[in-house]
Amino acid sequence: MKNNLNSPLPISVTCPACGMLCDDLSLNDITPVSIKNGCAKSIAFFEQSFKSSNESACTPSLSGKPTDLNTAIKAAAEILAKSQAPLFAGLGTEVQGMRAIMRLAAKSNASLDHMHSESTVRNTLTMQNGGWLTTTLSEIKNRADVILAIGTDIASSHPRFFEKLVWDSTSLFSKPTPEVIYLGVPEEKAKAGTSPDGKQASVIGNDTSKVPEIINALNAMLINKKINAETIGGISVATLQALIEKLKAAQYAVIVWSASSFKFSHAELTIQSIVQLINQLNETTRAAGLPLNSGDGDSSVNNTSAWLSGYPTRNRFVNGKPEYDNYHFSTQKQLQNSDALLWVSTFNPVSPPQTTLPNIVIGHPDTKFDGTPDVFIPVGIPGVDHAGSMFRMDSSITLPLKKLRNNELPNLSEVINRIEAELA
Amino acid sequence: MITLLKNGKIYDPAHNKDGVVEDIYIYQGRIVPKPLDHTKVTQTYDLSGKVVMAGAIDMHSHIGGGKVNIARMMLPEYQQKQMQEIKNLSEPEAHICTPYCSHHATPTATDTGFRYIEMGYTAAFEPAISPINARQAHLEMGDTPMIDKGGYAMLGNDDYFLRMLAAKKDQKAINDYVAWILHATQAIGIKVVNPGGISAFKFNQRRLNLDENHQHYQVSPREVLQSLSRAVHELGIAKPLHVHCNNLGAAGNFETTLNTMGASNGLPMHLTHIQFHSYGTEGDKKFSSAAAQIAEALNKNKNISADVGQILFNQTVTASGDSMMQHLNAKHANPKKSVIMDIECDAGCGVLPFKYRDQNYVNALQWAIGLEIFLSVEDPWRIFLTTDHPNGAPFTSYPHLIRLLMDKTFRNEAFAKLNLDAQSMSNLTSLNREYSLYEIAIMTRAGASKLIGLNDRGHLGVGANADITVYTDQENREAMFAKPDYVFKNGELVVKNGTVVKVVWGATHTAKPAFDIGVEKDLKDYFDRYQTIGLDNFKISDAEIFDDGRGSVVVNKN
Repeated sequence: MKNNLNSPLPISVTCPACGMLCDDLSLNDITPVSIKNGCAKSIAFFEQSFKSSNESACTPSLSGKPTDLNTAIKAAAEILAKSQAPLFAGLGTEVQGMRAIMRLAAKSNASLDHMHSESTVRNTLTMQNGGWLTTTLSEIKNRADVILAIGTDIASSHPRFFEKLVWDSTSLFSKPTPEVIYLGVPEEKAKAGTSPDGKQASVIGNDTSKVPEIINALNAMLINKKINAETIGGISVATLQALIEKLKAAQYAVIVWSASSFKFSHAELTIQSIVQLINQLNETTRAAGLPLNSGDGDSSVNNTSAWLSGYPTRNRFVNGKPEYDNYHFSTQKQLQNSDALLWVSTFNPVSPPQTTLPNIVIGHPDTKFDGTPDVFIPVGIPGVDHAGSMFRMDSSITLPLKKLRNNELPNLSEVINRIEAELA
Repeated sequence: MITLLKNGKIYDPAHNKDGVVEDIYIYQGRIVPKPLDHTKVTQTYDLSGKVVMAGAIDMHSHIGGGKVNIARMMLPEYQQKQMQEIKNLSEPEAHICTPYCSHHATPTATDTGFRYIEMGYTAAFEPAISPINARQAHLEMGDTPMIDKGGYAMLGNDDYFLRMLAAKKDQKAINDYVAWILHATQAIGIKVVNPGGISAFKFNQRRLNLDENHQHYQVSPREVLQSLSRAVHELGIAKPLHVHCNNLGAAGNFETTLNTMGASNGLPMHLTHIQFHSYGTEGDKKFSSAAAQIAEALNKNKNISADVGQILFNQTVTASGDSMMQHLNAKHANPKKSVIMDIECDAGCGVLPFKYRDQNYVNALQWAIGLEIFLSVEDPWRIFLTTDHPNGAPFTSYPHLIRLLMDKTFRNEAFAKLNLDAQSMSNLTSLNREYSLYEIAIMTRAGASKLIGLNDRGHLGVGANADITVYTDQENREAMFAKPDYVFKNGELVVKNGTVVKVVWGATHTAKPAFDIGVEKDLKDYFDRYQTIGLDNFKISDAEIFDDGRGSVVVNKN
């Protein structure tokens, strides 16, 4: 596949590689990829996108045999027509792609689950249980004076967080550079919080699995309950008390967590405890939370699903009516209950789960398979091959993605709409 | 292709027509003069005895933007409950849900369009678009079929504006910024929510009164209001500044509301969901109706208009930009949960579920206060029919609300079911007024169109867009307004007997006053230094609204 760029270099681009959706990147070259304001994730994303795939990767296939787009679309429609209850999973797409998928799902009685929902659902459950108090990236940049990151170094998943929001001293309200505190972050990762002038993040404990008991203790201490122990989760009570004092004294503390880093069961209860801590801090001062997202369009997919069906994922349609169950409608469970799989991953070549179900894969041209899908339709990469709209991690911002290159690859929404038309 | 609507009783307040029997001709989506005799009429609807009005316009309804979507995510149980109980009409509340009222506080974008058009509404306006979130608002509205839409952009808590005000920038600079925001966000009006208060909450101020200073910027809500209302006025857009006053929902807040009217300095100003801002502190419970004082002030101050924000009893969700007051009110949430956000040095939001109960003293009185205001404000051109959807009740309860206004017996029967202490604190039964069809047409059509500045909607004169609703004149006004016989959108029949027969897509209404593009120089610097997106990505192009050809942009001129 040739990289036939849509406009002359350098091109200013919005990067969909992580939930920060940085729009200050400038693509200076593509062979090799060179990006102003790039980060590890954006460079990897654009290298992957511009890597010259062989022609065959851009050709649809039926059981591994190359075919034309029309035939592939008909074959996909046939699978869905025969299916009573297909599973649409992966869902690595943006707003426009998800709109199309929702219409097809309503028509084919599909259930819907995003590839990262195992993490997302922990946040959703928390929000549905008691709500939360959160903030957005520009507020953090201009207001935060303490940043407490729980179980995550932030930078591994959101590489420019510190550069753009913390170390950059330009802010609306003259404030000191925020103090960064890691709680329950593995030692080797804690260096991510070291500022360019060498100031290291404070680190409290390295064991993420101890986070639940530590947060519960912090909640107790915040409302002046006496702790009858010297250490909690391996941390001295005095250290935790000092942390509480710091949070209470902060003008605008931001507490960051990543649901995907909480690898213990019922992590939603721990997230609820974090939310409780934030709510209690707000009785006297200001503090706010920032849940990190996992990527592959998770925020876009959940928002679009919510305004089109009334529910975030995991949901399904039965006779065109939406239903919601964030336990039963997981990919893992629905692979057992469904009679066909449509896997979608357009940003990254994420492989579909192994299945014996009739299956359709619509996604990144470089998608690799453990088994051979019945139908594979390679489609354009949003923000590279076609325009689109994408939600940032904080859900308050939606940014346009640009088309950077001209090629033969169809958009996901085009393909989905044509499959839907075949079903009519 | 001429369509003739024959012999209908026309209620068209824009042309002083109060039930006159006339014919309407439609050609290419518009109302045209009676054609020459030889012109072929292709379709005729005999509307003898039917009531004909322009399509209704909801000038304040949260149909797009992040807040209701947050509510959808937080409250999946609403929709689930609705699916189960859709026909369970035995709620022992004074608002008796009828088969016409889904009482669904968080409909999907698709359902929003369908439910509106089924009631004869052909346009609705999202009143709280935070500029930074405008793209989402337009994406959601873009997925809302059947009706026209538009929105008001929120200013007055954004740091860019507050910095300008604190630096005492001249009015022209403010005007240019306000006009730039209208263009960038594709909005038709400007709103201010709790002037200065949302920003002050980020600095840990918990209340902000009209003449109290924002602790960082050292400017008062009064100054914010005066600067913005002057900007809107001087830019010459029709829609007056849309004001959600300070002290939402607080006992005794009617004084803030009266003082806010005073702060208008005679310039046009619209006070929104005024019911929530008409509370006194009398009585044992220190919560009373100040509807009489508010109505008297509205009657006197001809530059002020208001919509009511009526509450009706049942489960709903309150979704507001007023993070300061919603944080304070979170303890009253039912079920007990709330989402509060600080947003991008631009805005805030607070979303909390609420269950209004007729046996609760405060809720019952809120219901009565809204109706007292409706019935005591004399000029129907300056008072508008809203429930602040979904905050007071879902918009699907409008037919019920219309009956409460038009039918005194029905109203008094509902009143008699309320909490007794609340009954003793309201003079509602002494208000004998019953709204006429003509007055309803003013409130929901001609007045709304004039207020917002829609060029060719809300009336039935030659040249108007043929958005037309036809009702059977029934004594039960709720049944009548819930299920029109016909609704025409752009001249096409889209609803028959209350059911959608054709899916169409409406336009997005905007206002784009002239301004000095030089304002972008400082804005670009501000975005580069302090915001986390670029200026160019903040702006929403027409092409984004055209989308895949469904959408269109109407620029209304004034």
